[in-house]
Amino acid sequence: MIEYYVYKASSFAGDIDDLFVVITWIIGVCFLLTLGAFIYFMIRFRRKEGVKAEYITGEKHKEKKWTHYPHYAIIALDVVIIAVNIIVWVHIKQTLPPKDNLVRVIGQQWSWSFIDSGPDGVLDTADDIATVNDLHVKVGETYHFELQARDVIHNFSVPVFRLRQDALPGRTIKGWFKPTMTGSFDIQCAEMCGYGHGIMGGAITVHTEESYNETIAQIKNGTYESHYQKRMGTKTPLPSDTSQIEVEGSFARLLASVF
Amino acid sequence: MSEAAAAIHTEDHAEHHEELSFLYKYILPVDHKMIAMQYMFTGLIMAVIGGYFAYVFRMQLAYPGESVPFFGIVGPGEYNMMVTNHGTIMIFWVAMPVLIAAFGNFLIPLMCGCDDMVFPRLNRLSYQIFLVSALVLILSFFVKGGGFGGAWTAYPPLSSVPEFSLTDWGASLWVLAVALEFVSFLLGGINFVTTAMNARAPGMKMLDIPIAVWFIVIAVILFMASVGPLIAGAVMLFMDQRIGTTFFLPSGGGDPLLWEHLFWFFGHPEVYVVLLPTMGIVADIITVFSRKKLFGYRTVLYTAFATGGLSFVVWAHHQFVAGIDPRMANVFVVTTVLISIPIAEMLFSYIATLYGGSIEYTTPMLWALSFLFAFLIGGVTGIYLGASALDVYFHDSYFVLAHFHYTFFPITIIGMFAAITFWFPKMFGRMMNETLGKIHFWGTFIPFNCIFLPLFFLGLAGQHRRIYNYDHFPDLATEELQDIRVFATASLVIMLIFQVIFLYNFFYSMFKGEKAPDNPWKANTLEWTVPSPPPHGNFKTLPTVYRGAYEYSVPGREMDYWPQNMPPDES
Repeated sequence: MIEYYVYKASSFAGDIDDLFVVITWIIGVCFLLTLGAFIYFMIRFRRKEGVKAEYITGEKHKEKKWTHYPHYAIIALDVVIIAVNIIVWVHIKQTLPPKDNLVRVIGQQWSWSFIDSGPDGVLDTADDIATVNDLHVKVGETYHFELQARDVIHNFSVPVFRLRQDALPGRTIKGWFKPTMTGSFDIQCAEMCGYGHGIMGGAITVHTEESYNETIAQIKNGTYESHYQKRMGTKTPLPSDTSQIEVEGSFARLLASVF
Repeated sequence: MSEAAAAIHTEDHAEHHEELSFLYKYILPVDHKMIAMQYMFTGLIMAVIGGYFAYVFRMQLAYPGESVPFFGIVGPGEYNMMVTNHGTIMIFWVAMPVLIAAFGNFLIPLMCGCDDMVFPRLNRLSYQIFLVSALVLILSFFVKGGGFGGAWTAYPPLSSVPEFSLTDWGASLWVLAVALEFVSFLLGGINFVTTAMNARAPGMKMLDIPIAVWFIVIAVILFMASVGPLIAGAVMLFMDQRIGTTFFLPSGGGDPLLWEHLFWFFGHPEVYVVLLPTMGIVADIITVFSRKKLFGYRTVLYTAFATGGLSFVVWAHHQFVAGIDPRMANVFVVTTVLISIPIAEMLFSYIATLYGGSIEYTTPMLWALSFLFAFLIGGVTGIYLGASALDVYFHDSYFVLAHFHYTFFPITIIGMFAAITFWFPKMFGRMMNETLGKIHFWGTFIPFNCIFLPLFFLGLAGQHRRIYNYDHFPDLATEELQDIRVFATASLVIMLIFQVIFLYNFFYSMFKGEKAPDNPWKANTLEWTVPSPPPHGNFKTLPTVYRGAYEYSVPGREMDYWPQNMPPDES
């Protein structure tokens, strides 16, 4: 469902989308059944002349089972949700797959700095490539990031990767992602960071091998034009091709694309 | 309180039933009903301020950069300040004073059958501190640099270092106001628990207490048990701001994560602190208007205990991606998802109460039922956010915001309207207009859904919170998403316009409404056995209680209700 609204551009984005769908089915069914009973009771037991309400204490087992059995079902479904969630969580946050590249991400009021470790794969060496508000990565390679904040708490957020991670001053937080789709996408700061929080964005560009090398060459020889600046003012179309759905009005079209 | 002291207290009281001067009746009252009114009107005034802020920043989101009617151009600083203070006001200065303080004060002595709170002067002090806290908060909007804009969670170092927040005194006054508000509720809370536990009418056993009173008492206990760490945190934050300590500053050996733990250790139980009073109010309303005994009184009560207990061990679900050890998140996922069990059981019991009933759709009943509906949506969407892996995507997105408002709007606003429309006859001795009440209900409930349902979809699209203008994020600046923002804002404006009907109905009925009988809804609880409005001292003779609060439609009785104080041999 999420993929209708935002591209799926990292290796674990699909896992998160699937988890969303699993939970939607589980709670969707529970929700509709509960709502159905609720609405049925509201209609069935509205006041009628001469019909007196029943006296039900809800303390006897025979009566209590009507709330207890659904409630046992919920316990069982909770276990399913917890189990599926932990599998996904362990994959995304608790394990670090072997890295191809390393990049340091630094948040400060109100911009992002990126330091790519360059060909040697080690940070703080001469071949590091530093950019501001622009992160360039290669498709299909696993990146480790070291997340830092200079002043206040920020949050490194890349919706197309389904990735959000707080950057805390005084700490280095490690994580990873593996881009699977080329293109330029938003980077956000998703934690209130003060006056300029609303402009603290950036662009992540996922390159093929050739275009990556080309961009790095441009950065080195000074002819580079910021992708973040170039993207500004453009409007990215939504991922799903909603033009096929014949519903008037874009809001309706968007909702229709969900179902 | 010893018995001797109690005796002196009642004696003292008996002598003071003569007419009080204006000053002592309205400005410095000790009467619990008048203090409840003070809390309620202060809360309503604060709700108007909080609603105005919501109007301004929603207009900015729908029409970025354009001049907002009744405000003007919204700058980023003003936007942040309004977002922050909308949250702070609605939780601490609307939900808590109206649901807990106003209705707790009004209902606990009346429902428990005593003449006043056990500590009336403490009660008065509690309101006075609350009033000061509200004034300090309002003052903070007007100091140099403007009001605090670092979100209602006030994460340091943003909140603790003036160079980062750019609101030097705004941030300090905000912390001070919140701390004062907590002091006020600690004083009030002691009073509520003592009164409900020690000053009940003879014969009222623990399981005869109306759920509304029970839930306010549990809420207050949760509040008092959880607020300690946050008061300590607030003092540390204030010292960081004003005298340069570094409790939350890494450069001085502190840790910003410490504040997050202190804040959310309080912040999550706080959700249940405001939820439970509304749940209790709703229990009383649905039983009255479906003429049914509450389904599983004990079950409902025990689920509240379970919810309260669990709420202390779920706080880190606000911090899944905040830099805590990822292994710890798994523990909090389990506790968080488990909290769905008692809450679901409670909702099931409420819905089961309707079974076999004779439901009359009065305005308070519509509010109570719409609360169940809206809270059901708020509850199930909470499961998504309790799952840590989804939180990796939804953290600080509009999905969180929509979920949050689907819990807090029903709790605060719907709960408040349910309670006001239900107890209005008892408070002011007059009936509210039913037709206007129903117009106001539909005019609030439909737009409410139109505001917040679309925001779930914005959250799915990855829209993050507290951004004054999405033009800087090309993926979010699409026309489709902007249409949703405009739709939500338009719904908000419609909803706000309908509140005028409520205000008219409220004030017109207060002075010109039809005179209310003692027991207009034919309810069982003790507050309906006294005149409307109840005189100073409440009961002519203190009542004796013979049964629980929910004996409706008992077989073999002509009357379909059975007041708690009616002796068993009468009918």
